[in-house]
Amino acid sequence: MSGPNTDYDPVEVAAVSPAELEAARDAALAAIAAATDLEQLKAVRTDHAGDRSPLALANREIGALPPQARKEAGQRVGQARGAVSKALAARQEVLEAEHEARILVEEAVDVTLPTDELPLGGRHPLTTGAELIADIFVAMGWEVAEGPVIEAEWLNFDALNLGPDHPARTMQDTFWTEPADNHVVLRTHTSPVQARTMLTRTPPIYVVCPGRVFRTDEYDATHSPMFHQVEGLAIDEGISMAHLKGTLDHFASQMFGEGITTRFRPSYFPFTEPSAEVDLVCFVCRGIDSDACRTCRGEGWIEWGGCGIVNPRVLQACGVDSERYSGFAFGMGIDRTLMFRHGLEDLRTLFEGDVRFTTAFGSEL
Amino acid sequence: MKAPVSWIRELVDLPESVTTEMLTDRLTALGLKLEAVDSADITGPLVVGRVLTQDKEPQKNGKVINWCTVDVGDANGTGEPQGIICGAHNFGPGDLVVVVLPGAVLPGGFEISARKTYGHVSAGMICSARELGIGEDHDGIIVLPPDAGQPGDDVFALLGLDDEVIEFEINPDRAYALSLRGVAREAALGFDVPFADPAERELPAVDGKAWEVVVDDPVGCPVFAARLVSGFDPTAPTPEHIRRRVEQAGMRSISLAVDITNYVMLELGQPIHGYDADKVAGALGVRRARDGEKLTTLDDAVRELSVEDLVITDDSGPIGLAGVMGGATTEMSETTTRILVEAAHWDAVSMFRTGKRHKLTSEAGKRNERGVDPLLPGIAADRVVELLVEHGGATAEPGYTLVGTAPERPAITIATDLPARLSGIDITAMTTVESLRAIGATVTEQDAGTIEVVPPTWRPDINDPYDLVEEVVRIVGYDQVPSVLPRRATGRGLTRTQRLRRRIGRTLAGAGLVEVVSFPFVGEATFDKLGLPADDPLRSTVGLANPLSSEEPAYTTTLLPGLLDAASRNVGRGAPGVALFETGTVAFPADNGPAPIYGVHARPTEAELEKLVEALPVQPQHLAVVLAGERRRAGWWGAGADAGWTDALAVVRRLAADLGVTVEVTSAGRMPWHPGRCALVSIDGVEIGHAGELHPNVCRAYGLPARSAAVELDLDALMAAATEVVPGPAFSTMPLAKEDVALVVDAGVTVAAVEAALREGAGELLESIRLFDVYTGEQIDEGQKSLAFALRFRAPDRTLTEAETGAARDAAVARAAELTGAVQR
Ligand SMILES: [Zn+2]
Repeated sequence: MSGPNTDYDPVEVAAVSPAELEAARDAALAAIAAATDLEQLKAVRTDHAGDRSPLALANREIGALPPQARKEAGQRVGQARGAVSKALAARQEVLEAEHEARILVEEAVDVTLPTDELPLGGRHPLTTGAELIADIFVAMGWEVAEGPVIEAEWLNFDALNLGPDHPARTMQDTFWTEPADNHVVLRTHTSPVQARTMLTRTPPIYVVCPGRVFRTDEYDATHSPMFHQVEGLAIDEGISMAHLKGTLDHFASQMFGEGITTRFRPSYFPFTEPSAEVDLVCFVCRGIDSDACRTCRGEGWIEWGGCGIVNPRVLQACGVDSERYSGFAFGMGIDRTLMFRHGLEDLRTLFEGDVRFTTAFGSEL
Repeated sequence: MKAPVSWIRELVDLPESVTTEMLTDRLTALGLKLEAVDSADITGPLVVGRVLTQDKEPQKNGKVINWCTVDVGDANGTGEPQGIICGAHNFGPGDLVVVVLPGAVLPGGFEISARKTYGHVSAGMICSARELGIGEDHDGIIVLPPDAGQPGDDVFALLGLDDEVIEFEINPDRAYALSLRGVAREAALGFDVPFADPAERELPAVDGKAWEVVVDDPVGCPVFAARLVSGFDPTAPTPEHIRRRVEQAGMRSISLAVDITNYVMLELGQPIHGYDADKVAGALGVRRARDGEKLTTLDDAVRELSVEDLVITDDSGPIGLAGVMGGATTEMSETTTRILVEAAHWDAVSMFRTGKRHKLTSEAGKRNERGVDPLLPGIAADRVVELLVEHGGATAEPGYTLVGTAPERPAITIATDLPARLSGIDITAMTTVESLRAIGATVTEQDAGTIEVVPPTWRPDINDPYDLVEEVVRIVGYDQVPSVLPRRATGRGLTRTQRLRRRIGRTLAGAGLVEVVSFPFVGEATFDKLGLPADDPLRSTVGLANPLSSEEPAYTTTLLPGLLDAASRNVGRGAPGVALFETGTVAFPADNGPAPIYGVHARPTEAELEKLVEALPVQPQHLAVVLAGERRRAGWWGAGADAGWTDALAVVRRLAADLGVTVEVTSAGRMPWHPGRCALVSIDGVEIGHAGELHPNVCRAYGLPARSAAVELDLDALMAAATEVVPGPAFSTMPLAKEDVALVVDAGVTVAAVEAALREGAGELLESIRLFDVYTGEQIDEGQKSLAFALRFRAPDRTLTEAETGAARDAAVARAAELTGAVQR
């Protein structure tokens, strides 16, 4: 609808006077500088650089000028418009930056608001604990062996030098499956896994067997009919108690901290000969001023498990050449280990399934 | 085993400087583990007093009390006589008594102070044995012998109150240490001091004349010794030192004759039985019991005998359960004057079985089933006779019956360097020989670094070279074992299954689920609670012959009961919601007959091992999940959401995606799930479990919020299907073409069916398909639903034209119409 030659009479705008041009430019620049937000600047742009602004009108006049005057007028108008447009862009940039900065300030939140829409999950410390132990041994080049929890009597007892009349067979009160003469038990230790390993593999054997075991203990703060053990077995040429000690010392320091070592006391297990009880330097008091220590009850040592040189009778039953190979074995309770490692008072907290217990461990183990 | 320190010191010449703590440390290091040290629980002045005056003062209640003055020397600080009230009457002026003075504390924390009573100030107490915790006798106070000491003398030593009693935990292989003889021998070994073996005695010649004895079963009873005494005074009291030691060992003082047999058993380790000889009819016999025979034992129990039980007989039949417990008919009594003393060596296995069969644990049985020195019977019988004569006024009848001889012990050949090789300690051949001699073995040196060793008779546990190694190493010291890591382990790391199991656990924990570990014991009530029908295969369990609770007599076939209990516990403790998972073994009966028992002298064959494994129950690993109550919390961000069937399926799908497994889901009705909200989960058409909302009855039964959900899967099957090597995906970077379609179908048509039809019809250009809305309501007919799908098309090599995309979409809709009756809206 608009065109230079219909709306404007070139006669009316005969003079593109330098003074007017300058005034228009200065007014524009002042208005630009005075604009305090993008809204105002938009209005300033329309007023001073829009189609109906004095400078735009002046620009249109140029065409109506005599050719000899056009060049000079064009230069002047062009300069003025250039200055305004530059100022507009600069002001635009400043105001936009201010605007964005203000929005960021306005968008600030209270970061202390809770964000717990999704509940916390977690793995059981018995699982992560067994994995920690497995990792310590795998790092030494051992493997993790597993076997069924409902096990043949022969593998749970006989093969391990626990004959039918061995007193130890009653020491570990066993769950028998029905019918009782089926010779199938809930394994009383993870040792049958060791037997299975020896029966199916040839030495060298270095395996660690974590797992669930059962005994007919009444359930209380320190006893449970179901608990968890980890046993280890090494069969190789020239294996001695020194290797057993070295392995357990390493295990202890990895599990409980640098400098925590073990000591052996003579003991008796049908599976091993010589046999030893393993004690652990108390990782709380380290045997120094232990009198007040609640973890070791003043002993300076904590009973950890049993171990020994694998009885050659066991090697024989499992088809290992006992002339060529010797071995060591050890075993300890994972539940018990966790109890003193974490200062748990009651074994039953492990099996209650209270989520507050499990989630407390996070991924600590 | 409880051993008084004074008794140990009587048998071993321990230096005075050896404290009880040093002794127990050393013995623990040798393998006799310290359990506890008991000592008299008395502090403060406890002295000899001489009764000066004794005024009997009758009381209103009819009792008569004694107002005494007692000379306690300077023990009371003044030297003046001490005034004491005493209720006992078995003493008089001039007697020496035991006086406890104010400031002392008696057993049980009983503090002694001067107090006003019966009109006098009683400054202390005249003591009975019971008050001092040294005996049960409280009829009277202790009257000391006239030469016991001077008033004011300390009586701790006199009464043996300064003695400590060490309690040891004795392992099955150290049965010899169930005697002072054994404990003292270890102490001598520990401190390298002389040991006076109480078993070294001169014995009379065997003439078989003490009593006729016929042993029918020399395997069960290799040695039987009998002696006879007469003229025994059944009223003679047990001397103080015997009574005290018997009680210190934790046994009850009964009568002189019984106390003596127990005393000698404690001293030597040999169980002994005394018969009232006048009640024994004819010869003593030893045989296995006959079917149907009965015996009343000393504990007044009538016992049905088994043909495996060894019994002692006389003409009347069985009169004792050999080696375990005597019979009532020949029991010594307060009128017994002739005592037949029996000491025998019994087959340990037979003793163990009899004890187990009759559920009898006795001090005798405990020793006999672990193995006793077979040379002891004659020695122990002689020692008993000696004490009966000395303290009971008895006369030893001539005659010594001894049937059988101690079995020969075969020599063990052992390389002298075996202890060094197995221990890793630098142990010389000389140390090996010396150590074995120190434990009492006979060592004969052979050529080429081997020795022949005959173990001592009191060590039935030593049979193999490795047994000898333990002896050598414990004497050298377990603390000498160096610490050396083995260097040859070359394992292959975790197995794939082990890695997958860890990953599954982490995925579930990452999805906000908490792992629990629960017991696998169940019963019919458990399955009833789950609402399982009577013929449900899950009710077919592996039963336990000796369950802890008759309510839960079986190993579980499902992990849900344990999880539901745990969920219920959490809810009961106030948790607004709970999401749990568990992985573990379930068991199904194999019914392949009993598992064989093989020998142990050689490895079973492959076929035999296979038979063993086949006899075991089928034991898959399962995974179960329970989601109850609040799953997403309400908060300042808006409303929360409770768990429901979708959460259960979401867990399954997330796990499947994580393992690269494609699972199929179809509708199924299976308890304990809601019949209309249960999904059967399969892989390649094989069922692996169920997921969905729990049946309302089950939620109620467990006290869980309505719409709680659960999953149970066969974890083994899931892991087996996990993608081992993921093929690298190929995808196009050409522009995406989007087409959304809304299809109306009958309400009963599943989304999976419509989606499958669309997928099939859309052809290869289809990149993905996703349901984004389900609508039922006014705009469509009743009994129908509208499903809105987003179809995404892309070609591998070009930009798709509108015509191509439209054709693919139309083909998809046409196929859906064909297969599911879908009509495009
Ligand atoms: Zn400590």
